[in-house]
Amino acid sequence: MSDSELDAMAGQLDVILSAVGRVQQVAAADIPPTSHAVPLTNVFRPDTAAAGLSAEEALAAAPAAEQDRFRVPRILDDE
Amino acid sequence: MTTTLGAYDDVLDRYAPVLGLETHVELGTATKLFCGCSTAFGAPPNTQVCPTCLGLPGSLPVTNEAAIEFTVKIGLALHCEIATWCRFARKNYFYPDMPKDYQVSQYDEPLCTDGYLDVVVGGEAFRVEIERVHLEEDTGKSLHVGGATGRIHGATHSLVDYNRAGIPLVEIVTRPVQGTGHKAAEVARAYVTELRDVLRDLGVSDVRMEQGSLRCDVNLSLMPAGATQLGTRTETKNVNSLRSVERAVRHEVERQGARLDAGERVVQETRHFHEDSGTTSPGRSKEEAQDYRYFPEPDLVPLAPARELVEGLRATLPEPPSVRRAAFAEVNGFTAIDLEQMVNAGVLDLVGETIAAGASPTKSKGWWLGYLVGRANELDVEVSELAITVAQVARISELEDSGELTNKLARQVADAVIAGEGDVDAVIESHGWKVAGEDELIVAVDAALAAQPDIAAKIRDGNQGAVGPIVGAVMKATGGAADATRARELILERAS
Repeated sequence: MSDSELDAMAGQLDVILSAVGRVQQVAAADIPPTSHAVPLTNVFRPDTAAAGLSAEEALAAAPAAEQDRFRVPRILDDE
Repeated sequence: MTTTLGAYDDVLDRYAPVLGLETHVELGTATKLFCGCSTAFGAPPNTQVCPTCLGLPGSLPVTNEAAIEFTVKIGLALHCEIATWCRFARKNYFYPDMPKDYQVSQYDEPLCTDGYLDVVVGGEAFRVEIERVHLEEDTGKSLHVGGATGRIHGATHSLVDYNRAGIPLVEIVTRPVQGTGHKAAEVARAYVTELRDVLRDLGVSDVRMEQGSLRCDVNLSLMPAGATQLGTRTETKNVNSLRSVERAVRHEVERQGARLDAGERVVQETRHFHEDSGTTSPGRSKEEAQDYRYFPEPDLVPLAPARELVEGLRATLPEPPSVRRAAFAEVNGFTAIDLEQMVNAGVLDLVGETIAAGASPTKSKGWWLGYLVGRANELDVEVSELAITVAQVARISELEDSGELTNKLARQVADAVIAGEGDVDAVIESHGWKVAGEDELIVAVDAALAAQPDIAAKIRDGNQGAVGPIVGAVMKATGGAADATRARELILERAS
């Protein structure tokens, strides 16, 4: 790495470390980690059927098909 | 390595079994868990799929409300706590049975926890504690091509049908069940039977084991009697009938017992159950050494079942099977022992339907428990799969009651129906089976008395016990068509 690259990164690293420091100030045992960006719960749909794809459409992008099924390499190697 | 088996009861004299059962139930919702595709069984391959369950780019899952309600109902029926907040988790793996390369499941935050289910075996009650009930999506169905009999080993390639991928699947996991002793296999079977009945009464699944909508994994370990530290367990996968649950436990007890007796150790592994032989064989380490890298599913928001919803669902729960059965027993005059025997043999519903079809409770019970269960075992099928309908059993029972068939003939008729010879009356007609008439009976009685004069003499001397062999001879001579009571009367009459 050149000196100029090191100078640039030193600055960036400083910003990153101070950001981590700020997070550590507020992250406490009683604050659960965020798993979803939107504060919503219970988003449901009714149990009503909707049209899907035909077998031809479903298999159209398959690398290989056989007997209207997706053909895939064998799952386990031989012993 | 010891490959012999111990005898089940011998092994359990010396070792305490510890059971664990994981049961998967396909929910009977109309649509899949995260998309609107149909869940109907038996459709042509890949015709019940859409961008969401095929994991195509740009698609997003939305949870089926009915699946959540069904799962909560299962949890409530099993006396579980219902989570106030929980999330789906992504289980990552590289089998092609899920097109997304992951399965949406629940990991450390199941919807229901800490319940129980009580079963009775041999008059003894066992409480099976439920650790968790969680919701996940079922996987696609793979067809392995090129190997022997469709098995994964030796296959050249596989063909996958994703119709099943995404169908809501509930997993019910027990805590280790201890203290069953010699009844381990029966307790395992009784638990799955009871669970099936609870689920069916809830109306949340069609619970058809033969179609895979109820599937069971059986965990078993042994520890020396009196020990407190659990032994090494095996997990036998895909045990798909009630009978097989019992057989799988018996086999693992016998296999592990022989290992431990020989001073060897039990290997912790996944095993496969073989329906034909009732034995298990090891899966391969590659199939189990998995790091699924679970993490919260980012495409779905958390679930927070409202308490009003939970209490509302609790209010809709049907009475437990035990209560329903007690009422059934009361109405039909069955004892607690009768009831337990019928429940654990899996014939209670069949008996009820046979009664509804017109047979007496005693006869209905007698036919199923006393004869047809045994026939099913001989034929190596589930009793419910016997090729005889409740209406046919009721008809045979009616003919027996009216004296048109003896019990012996009635059983022959049942066997012929099961063998596919036709309906009850047609079978009787074609074989010409009918109860021996008075004239025929007299001829047979006289012949039997004449053939054994010494016994005839004893009868003349008032020895009632001597009648038996002559009745036997008469039955034999008439091909089972003699009414035994009338034969006895005639023997006493004609001997003197």
